Amino acid sequence: MSAGVDLARVSTLERARSGRRAIRRDRLVAFLMLLPSLVAIAVFVYGFIAYTGYVSLSNYTTSRPDFTFIGFDNYIQLFNQRRFQENIRNLIVFTAFFLVVCLLFGLFLALLVDSRVKGESIFRSIYLFPMAVSFIVTGVAWRWLFTPGDLEPTGLNLLFESLGLGFLKARWIADTSVWPNIEVTGLKVRLLIPLAIIPVVVAAVWQMSGFCMAMYLAGLRGIPEEIKEAARVDGCSELQVLRHITLPLLRPITLSAIIVLTHISLKTFDLIMTMTGGGPGNKTELPSLYMYELRFSQFNTAGAAAVATILLLTVSVLIVPYLVYNRRAQSIER
Amino acid sequence: MNPSVASKPSNSYLSRRLARILLYVVMIALAIVFILPVYLLIITALKDFSEVSLNRMWDLPARFSMESFERAWNGGQGTTGMRGSFINSVIVVVPATVISCLLGSMNGYVLSKWKFRGSETLFTLLLFGMFIPYQSILVPLVSVLSSIGLYGTLQGLILTHIVYGIPITTLIFRNYYASVPQELVEAGQIDGAGFFRVYHEIMLPLSAPGFVVVAIWQFTSIWNEFLFGLIITNDPRLRPVTVALQNMSGSQFTQWNVQMAGALIVALPTLLVYIFLGRYFLRGLLAGSLKG
Repeated sequence: MSAGVDLARVSTLERARSGRRAIRRDRLVAFLMLLPSLVAIAVFVYGFIAYTGYVSLSNYTTSRPDFTFIGFDNYIQLFNQRRFQENIRNLIVFTAFFLVVCLLFGLFLALLVDSRVKGESIFRSIYLFPMAVSFIVTGVAWRWLFTPGDLEPTGLNLLFESLGLGFLKARWIADTSVWPNIEVTGLKVRLLIPLAIIPVVVAAVWQMSGFCMAMYLAGLRGIPEEIKEAARVDGCSELQVLRHITLPLLRPITLSAIIVLTHISLKTFDLIMTMTGGGPGNKTELPSLYMYELRFSQFNTAGAAAVATILLLTVSVLIVPYLVYNRRAQSIER
Repeated sequence: MNPSVASKPSNSYLSRRLARILLYVVMIALAIVFILPVYLLIITALKDFSEVSLNRMWDLPARFSMESFERAWNGGQGTTGMRGSFINSVIVVVPATVISCLLGSMNGYVLSKWKFRGSETLFTLLLFGMFIPYQSILVPLVSVLSSIGLYGTLQGLILTHIVYGIPITTLIFRNYYASVPQELVEAGQIDGAGFFRVYHEIMLPLSAPGFVVVAIWQFTSIWNEFLFGLIITNDPRLRPVTVALQNMSGSQFTQWNVQMAGALIVALPTLLVYIFLGRYFLRGLLAGSLKG
């Protein structure tokens, strides 16, 4: 009898021991399965970034490779260029408008869709569908809408005219003016808003505001109805509920949306390429387009690498704290 | 009886009714604005050459014609047709999506169920790859792809899409598998199942929705992608659809109706996916933005 019990105990122990060994082996297998992806990212993301950073400090400014270290000359040259200064101005203006309009409009759409309407899912699908379409398609469609027409109005101008809204007509993507056209000593560009960039913002908002709406909707669905109901019972109006309960609870969503939208805005390339090609007169050109031209038309690889590094650093200032914060928040949850 | 008491509820009923109507008016107006560009694409693409004139661009076609689609697809008269590019895009999208799914699923499994010291940090480092502007890796990408003989090939484009898809696919699968209870995995281990058997017998059968979300996400983003396609395929015959459309739209020889038909051809596959599997598309969208 007792021998049988002992045997059972031994075999359990044995099994536990071999099980632990098996788990240790499995741990190794798990790591090995992850390894190819880790290596790929190490090379294609971190290695490549380091390479770009190095090239941006080199003398590789013609089609002949020359990796002589020359320090920050390429950067200094860029910032002294009128064209790059225009790029930066355009990028700031584009990002600011795109971000603010997308967030506000997206929130507005989410509140509309969330107000218990009939056909809610149809409206939601319509507001979101541009997200499924390529920026190139968006660019082709909106370029046509925003072509002002030389002799006779076309596109939106034509539509406005036939609706009796002729005062809305504008030069759109053909507008070369900058408003309010301020001159600043030390800068080679006029500030502030190149008007041709507004149509591009409209197209980008058309494409991306549905995404903001979806994020806000997910946030709104996460707010317990009881909290709002309690506030209403206490005599809050709908506007007060929105201001004091809904909006504060949506703050984390806004943060995520800002991160995603800003990084999309900084690397916007295809939309501008199709809608305006950077014109008229570089009024809508962004660093991403200039980088492409430097590398593939002017063969100034070092200059292109410098532009790319500036873009990357700008994105990193935003993304790195966000990723670190997210990681912290997660380990606290556990 | 005080008449104001009786009229008050009906007043508020009326104003609420009015607010409701206003709400629908605003929503329908916005829906029209959202559809407007697509409406214009469709009516223009359905016109034949004789009907395309700028001052009648908002008019419905007098008769429906598929001429512009035929031209956009097969080419002719100075226009390069999109058929070849469409096939290129399919050749790139299908394997890139399949491999992305498999990689993402395996990575997600390891990072959610086989955590080790430092795995969370590695995951964060992986995620950073999702946010970089691809301009910052273009210069070495071209040189490395040339040195391994993949520059200017569809294989090179496939490889690029797979590598830069790793962060997002891993993220989606990791979050998806995080909802599978760890006890299930442990129970499998007690039964003597190893790493692969747990994956195969416990995780995979639960993974179908995850695979759909990731597949749709990768399909849509690779199909719509432009920058890599533009840079890696220098041979016009190897262009993906987005690059072909961009070239068509920049061409002086191509009529508006043909350009619009081309845009619709490019948009159609992803729009179909959106219409039929929109729910999963939305999940991918949110997974990519909410916390990792």
